[in-house]
Amino acid sequence: MIENRPVTTVIAHCVLIVGIAVLALPIWITFVAATHDAVRITQVPLPLLPGNQFFQNLAAAWGQGIEGAGGQPVGNMLLNSLAMALMIAVGKIVISLPSAFAIVYFKFPFRMGFFWMIFITLMLPVEVRIVPTFQVVADLHMLNNYWGLSVPLIASATATLMFRQTFLTIPDELLEAARIDGAGPMRFFWDILIPMSRTNIAALFVILFIYGWNQYLWPLLITTDRSMYTVVMGIKQMLEAAEQAPEWNLIMMTTLLAMLPPILVIITMQKMFVKGLTETEK
Amino acid sequence: MLKRVHFKSSYLPYLLVAPQMAITLVFFFWPATQALYQSLLLQDAFGLKTEFVWFDNFKELFDDAYYLDAFGRTAVFSSLVASISIGLALFFAGMTDRVLRGAMAYQTLLIWPYAVAPAIAGALWVFMFDPTLGILTYMLQGFGVDWNYKLNGGQAMFLVMAASIWKQISYNFLFFLAAMQAIPRSLIEAAAIDGAGPGRRFLTIILPLISPTTFFLIVVNIVYAFFDTFGIVDAMTQGGPAKATEILIYKVYNDGFIGLDLGSSAAQSVILMFIVIVLTVIQFRYIERKVEYT
Repeated sequence: MIENRPVTTVIAHCVLIVGIAVLALPIWITFVAATHDAVRITQVPLPLLPGNQFFQNLAAAWGQGIEGAGGQPVGNMLLNSLAMALMIAVGKIVISLPSAFAIVYFKFPFRMGFFWMIFITLMLPVEVRIVPTFQVVADLHMLNNYWGLSVPLIASATATLMFRQTFLTIPDELLEAARIDGAGPMRFFWDILIPMSRTNIAALFVILFIYGWNQYLWPLLITTDRSMYTVVMGIKQMLEAAEQAPEWNLIMMTTLLAMLPPILVIITMQKMFVKGLTETEK
Repeated sequence: MLKRVHFKSSYLPYLLVAPQMAITLVFFFWPATQALYQSLLLQDAFGLKTEFVWFDNFKELFDDAYYLDAFGRTAVFSSLVASISIGLALFFAGMTDRVLRGAMAYQTLLIWPYAVAPAIAGALWVFMFDPTLGILTYMLQGFGVDWNYKLNGGQAMFLVMAASIWKQISYNFLFFLAAMQAIPRSLIEAAAIDGAGPGRRFLTIILPLISPTTFFLIVVNIVYAFFDTFGIVDAMTQGGPAKATEILIYKVYNDGFIGLDLGSSAAQSVILMFIVIVLTVIQFRYIERKVEYT
């Protein structure tokens, strides 16, 4: 605090608390809706305080899903989302560590060519090339499986650029010392580079996990088999079904379940996430 | 940039970049080339005949009132989403930067919407504003507002924007807070000694010093409003009512996958690619310059 101005400080606190309350309002309403039974949730005005049906709704959504939306159990959708998010996060990290290593530590023909080929992928999000990418995936028989869900989204440059940045800050003396001790390139990669980039790997993992979990358009296009639905895209079928049979208590329970894993990841790994986010993207 | 000390090996570097190159070629360069090629083709309604038509698809788009409408709508939508979410985030970050006690707790309470998927954010807002059941609909009716976003285009647009802004505030907030906390305290103390109050310090010291972050966020937010809001639109309104919320990215999807007009959809993709490339180049140039000066 620069100077003591109790009034402004109190105002700042009040403004922040009001802001947070407004920001959290949708979540509170969702939570309340998920704790009432199907009858109460169709009576206007809707309740503002939680009821006592939380666990019944949880069991119903988890085990049976919503009938009008295909009756896919939400437990299964969550599993698909988890598999997809993990494959994207791990896949991106695994392919970009070696390529960043090659670009920073080796001198070889076409080095800059490779770098630019990776860099240009930053510019085109999957949404703008959906139709042709869909055709490629269909030709490779990757529709309706985990490979099709994850591999096409691994083709992007963020992770490679970030590891390149990290490797550039590692002092050259380390490499000289390793070479004097007789370490080859792969030995140096495994025993020095990877342990030294541990925090960056973890921070990136958090960001990529959330990116993967929240994918919507891509799973919507390539999964036609209900058992492959992810929870984020499954919500669309539920909203469509709500036009006929508004089982909002179960829909809101599903929404809650779909939000929870990434929110927990962000809050438990807050420091790492903030560091990773604000330092990678610039 | 290459390390001063480096390895020499004839095959190893190629092996190391091979996995990423393979995936990038198959799932990025090949489809992107296809999109470019398809944008120059005209396919008949049954997909039997294709004809090479040069730039006719583009010409048609710019003569198409619907496309120009979608263009204008996207421009308004993204500039409003970007400016309001940046403005609110700046305000909250400024407040959080002021309070010493509890700044970390406020940060925790403000960042979690970042983790909510766009489609899920759409579901939350749809439920609150449902024409028959929504809690906020009930309140609005209490004030005599006739609320039905499923029929009223302006209300639908408002709702899509509210959900988009709600989701993006945390991201902007984090960057602003990190930038403000990186400002040396001595600068702010010096200004305080010279008699500048909190408001004046914010305008004359903090705001200019965080301008690189602001600029970065403007670009990122425009890209967000252009592309990442697809899930919000699709979950909430599917571009309706009467195309009132059909933004460009939604039109690419709608014309390509639903309407099966591949040539036009590809041409729209190419225009979007062009916009992203321009934005990225602007951002990259600006950031490179900034790095030189600091």
